[in-house]
Amino acid sequence: MGKAAKRKKKVSVPSTAKGPVKSAMAAVKSNPFEVKVNRQKFDILGRKTKNDVGLPGVSRSKAIKKRNQTLLKEYKEREKTNVFKDKRFGEYNTNITPEEKMIRRFALERQQNYGKKNIYNLNEDEELTHYGQSLAEIEKLNDIVDSDSDTEEGGALSAELTAAHFGGGGGLLRKKVSSEQGDEEGDKPKSRKELLEEMIARSKQEKQERQSRRESALELTEKLDKDWKEIQTLMARKTPKSERKDKEVEKPKPDEYDMIVRELGFEMKAKPSERLKTEEELAKEEQARLQKLEADRLRRMHGIDEQANKKRPSHMSADDLADGFILDKDDRRLLSYKDGKINIENEEEKEEEEEEGEEEEGEEEDNENEEGSEEQSASEDEEEDDAADGHSDLESDLESEEEAAGNKLEKKHEANENESQNVEKLDPEREAAKSELPYVFAAPESYETFKSLLAGRTIEQQLIILERIQKCNHPSLAVGNKAKLEKLFGFLLEYIGELATLDLPELRTIDKLILPLYNLCQMFPEAACDSVRFILRDAAHDLEEIIEVRGRATFPGLDTLIYLKIVSLLFPTSDFWHPVVTPAFMYMSQLLTKCRITTLQDVIKGLFICCLFLEYVSFSKRFVPELINFLLGVLHISLPKNQAQGYTVVHPFTPVGKNLELLFVCDKKDLESWEKQNVPLSIVTKLKEANKTEINHIRLSCLALCFDLIKKCAALYESLPSFHEIMHPLRMLLTKHVPVNEYPEKMQEWYHSALKELESKVKHYTPLICEKKKPVPLKQYTPKIVKVLEFGKKQAGSKKEQERKQLILRHKRELKGAIREIRKDNQYLARMQLSEIMERDSARKRKVKELLGSLATQEGEWKAMKRKKWKS
Amino acid sequence: MARQAELAACLEAVLGSRSSANRVLRAGAHRERRQDLHRLFGALLERRELFVGPLPEEDAALGGDYSAEDKYKIWMRHRYRDCVGCLGELMAHDAFQVKELDSAPMKFVELEAQHPLIKIEWKGTLTFPCDLLKVVVDGLLPTHEDASLLISRFQEYMEFDDVRYFVMKAVTASIGQVMQKTKQRPLPFYQQNVFFLISPINMPNKESEMVKFMVKQDNREELKLSKLQAHRQVFEKMWLTFLKHKLPTGLYKKVLVILHDSVLPYMNEPTLMMDFLTVAYGIGGAISLLALNGLFILIHQHNLEYPDFYKKLYSLLDPSIYHVKYRARFFHLTDLFLSSSHLPAYLVAAFIKRLSRLALTAPPEALLMIIPFICNLFRRHPACRVLVHRPGGPADMSEDPYIMEEEEPSASRALESSLWEIQSLQSHYHPDVAKAAAVLNQSLSEMEDDISGLLELSAYELFDKEVKKKAADVPLEFELVRGLFGKKKDIFAEHFSLD
Repeated sequence: MGKAAKRKKKVSVPSTAKGPVKSAMAAVKSNPFEVKVNRQKFDILGRKTKNDVGLPGVSRSKAIKKRNQTLLKEYKEREKTNVFKDKRFGEYNTNITPEEKMIRRFALERQQNYGKKNIYNLNEDEELTHYGQSLAEIEKLNDIVDSDSDTEEGGALSAELTAAHFGGGGGLLRKKVSSEQGDEEGDKPKSRKELLEEMIARSKQEKQERQSRRESALELTEKLDKDWKEIQTLMARKTPKSERKDKEVEKPKPDEYDMIVRELGFEMKAKPSERLKTEEELAKEEQARLQKLEADRLRRMHGIDEQANKKRPSHMSADDLADGFILDKDDRRLLSYKDGKINIENEEEKEEEEEEGEEEEGEEEDNENEEGSEEQSASEDEEEDDAADGHSDLESDLESEEEAAGNKLEKKHEANENESQNVEKLDPEREAAKSELPYVFAAPESYETFKSLLAGRTIEQQLIILERIQKCNHPSLAVGNKAKLEKLFGFLLEYIGELATLDLPELRTIDKLILPLYNLCQMFPEAACDSVRFILRDAAHDLEEIIEVRGRATFPGLDTLIYLKIVSLLFPTSDFWHPVVTPAFMYMSQLLTKCRITTLQDVIKGLFICCLFLEYVSFSKRFVPELINFLLGVLHISLPKNQAQGYTVVHPFTPVGKNLELLFVCDKKDLESWEKQNVPLSIVTKLKEANKTEINHIRLSCLALCFDLIKKCAALYESLPSFHEIMHPLRMLLTKHVPVNEYPEKMQEWYHSALKELESKVKHYTPLICEKKKPVPLKQYTPKIVKVLEFGKKQAGSKKEQERKQLILRHKRELKGAIREIRKDNQYLARMQLSEIMERDSARKRKVKELLGSLATQEGEWKAMKRKKWKS
Repeated sequence: MARQAELAACLEAVLGSRSSANRVLRAGAHRERRQDLHRLFGALLERRELFVGPLPEEDAALGGDYSAEDKYKIWMRHRYRDCVGCLGELMAHDAFQVKELDSAPMKFVELEAQHPLIKIEWKGTLTFPCDLLKVVVDGLLPTHEDASLLISRFQEYMEFDDVRYFVMKAVTASIGQVMQKTKQRPLPFYQQNVFFLISPINMPNKESEMVKFMVKQDNREELKLSKLQAHRQVFEKMWLTFLKHKLPTGLYKKVLVILHDSVLPYMNEPTLMMDFLTVAYGIGGAISLLALNGLFILIHQHNLEYPDFYKKLYSLLDPSIYHVKYRARFFHLTDLFLSSSHLPAYLVAAFIKRLSRLALTAPPEALLMIIPFICNLFRRHPACRVLVHRPGGPADMSEDPYIMEEEEPSASRALESSLWEIQSLQSHYHPDVAKAAAVLNQSLSEMEDDISGLLELSAYELFDKEVKKKAADVPLEFELVRGLFGKKKDIFAEHFSLD
């Protein structure tokens, strides 16, 4: 009853009855009493108004008409439950043309009648099928094949038959027939009836023959089946094949084409292979495997294995005579798998066992027995196995496959025996099991538990533990695992830091731990990023605090240096901005500019950071001023005092004052005996009580490292436009102040390679030119176009807000309309009810009047009669 | 406890009757109970039982023709003087507890100010006990140890306008005496102490603010003491005396740091500082940087003419300017000096070129400041834009025309050069620096950048900003590593070993 319905109506009216209504509308419109004009407050140019003129009378009559059609009907049928259902196909569907409708109806009718068969047709049995094909069809195929051989009787429609049934067709045909008949029966024409009878008899005979043949075949197959069933119990497998063979024997040999067709039909279809396992499944398997191994280990540890083995039911051979003869000991071993493979350790174990056997002689005898029996049993076993296998001996000659299978089994049996020997060896194994690693690890919840897991293990064991923790807690296995492993990353990082802060830093262990760290990082980049950032933030905070308290900073410990190195291993350092690498850059820059250089260790740490910087930027070739400054400073402290001229060192180095000559070596002997060595990192935490010579050597190594870094910097920054300005102080120092001639030869090599790298670059400057500015477009006076909103005059607010307002308005409007319509409906209904009541009342009045009238006439008549009587 | 009781008894006896006055001598032996002593002399002062006027010699007085009453008073006054002298000695002593300062000597100052021991001849006589205060100030400024704790305790008395006035006077006298003795040899502790004492002096801005006096006097208006002018004069004299002598470097910097803020504005004649500042500006290094601030005030507000100022400023630019603590201050001033649009283009170009050349050794926090700084210079002096945009120049040069070593900006040929340094910085490792440097490639906007926020930028702040940035995703290294030094062509493997 809404507006939409009304509108629809409006549209439909002109389409159905255009002509008269149109003219009537025109008449109405021209009638000034019918028209109501809605006055506009303001005239707006270009605005189209829909509702400037209304026709109240017309619209009212329309509404009433519509209610008559809909509401009134409903009202009248309000207490009726019967419903008339029209099931004619497509009766009310206007989309279908009448012709199509008729065709579809006809098709439906035919479909309904299709399945029904004549109940009196006894000859037709239910259809038999074989492999989904109807037997009748297969037979037909045979018939066709046969038809080639006997042409005379073949064909469904022989000439006689046609003649008999259809009167023989044209004259030519008849002539032929007659001539044939003449040949057969001596020109004696047979009557039509005779012919028919003959034909019937023949066909009956044929039918009988066919039936008997079928029966015999059936009998034969039945017999064969029976025979087969007798031997079937002997033959375990391959029955279908032999069955097929039988059938083939029975059947006439089909021609080549058919054979191919059937072969194709029976050929093995490509079966779906086993799908690849998903990562979760693999993880699950891995976890299951580890769990199983863990269970195994536990079992061995507690010594459950022995009892369980004893209880195991012994395998009964088919050749068992059941004579009660049992070997004292079951000398074969049962098949056992480990890790999905047959136990390979057996050989080793055997050897071990032999060694043990020497000690314990009593046991040795038994073992030797076993082994002896094992060796001799090569041929015996085979037979034994065959027998055990069941009835394979019946067909073993024919089927080579089976033999192979048998062989396999034999091998397994051999393995079995090996395995059963294990049982003897349990006790020493149990000892081993205790020291062996568990297979299942819970992810550590705190750093302490994590540390206790790794405490006292060798590097390899630690790695295995980490790997197993990862596998047991793969994120796809349980919900909380992700968080656990993310924590693990933090713990591992902390552990590495702790290893590095030891008095003797376990750098080898750290070196090995990098790989699991890397793997974890690959799994959880966000968590890794957060924990590394956390460490960096802590380090930087500490540095800042030290600066605030003491006014000067000191280099951090080896752990921080290792962390910085790890950053370069885990994250790409060439990014323009990276959540971890950029803060690391900032931190390293602070270290190089703020930390005081007071000892040789500081120099080594600083050079380590220089190396880090170089490594960080090796790919991106970014410019690091701190690096150059520091290298300059390091060169400066390798010189004797009071030489600072022509260059300026910046913080943390000072041109004058304490802590100069940290790298200065003047001892001739030390200079001569020096050889380039790699600086051990452990020096950083604790300078060994080395003698002076060693320290001098380390100093020289640092200097060589510095030369090498200068060379690398020069190669790296070659492309910078102000390369020479950047390198100017370094070159100054190298050429003018470094006492090259005092250095040993190898150092001179380093020096010259660095200097060569610096000086080989050509000076090349091109004046700078700004990028061209894009021309600013002229201001244009095109009007600003604003979308006119359907509802609401307010343009403000976002698009979303506007839409919401529109919807609210629209809803309000619809609600009002709906309420109005409902009210009108009610009024209409009330009117209808009233008119009904009035109608009923008037009918009653009328009837009463009629009755009274009739009574009055009756009375009148009766009185008249009486009067007549009286008179008469 | 027994001593305490005895002392108390002594005091009671002395105050009770004059006959037991001799027990004062015994009470004076109890040095550690000074608060009691001040109670004693306080009471005596109030009773006016101390001799007023110039004190005659003790022996002479006793023999002289004074009345018994006077003799008693004179004797008592001598005891009082002994006691004060004793306190002055004690103050220099380690055992002296800082806490006692306000209880003992200053209490005496206060009491004596209320009950002056000088004869009031006319109404305007100053009743403040200068001599006593001098003793205190001398005690505060030991020559061989650090008395900063004591001095900081004393600071609360400096709130009193009259105390401050007389302390300043006393300090001036003290410096004169002490430095006279040492003959130009610097006394680090003494100068340190003096600086501690005089640097926090908070001078009043207006005469109406001077209302807090320790000694209440009715005729304040007429006194010199209540004139701001007089205060300033004393203040000025004190500082000039202090700065006349050679200062240790650390103290030099400290003085220069506060000079422009808490000294120059309160001087009657700030130009008197000119000598000091020009000397400091000539020293070089950080001291020159700091002297710049004072000089600026003199130039700006007091019409100081400084020949070759810009040349001097130019020569101040050396690699350390980006690393020193006073970087923000220096660049703030440099920005001011270079803000004039009347500077010749060659000068500004020389500055730009030198600053950017030095920027090649600067840490990122300084770079983030200096690049907008240079951009601002370009905006102010469009003639310098040839440094970044030289369309018709020679295609190739084998040398940068700019001469770094040249002291004279006009001879440095900066205008013939280009800013290759900033171009190099476009490949700086810090993303913000690289971005900032890339701005010079484009034509600059009209508005100047505000560098005031960037001046104080510290490395830690930068780091903090980077660390707090949220990352949408974390790229990872794809190259599988085998160990700590397991990268391809690892530099570490060449030079370090894992032992």
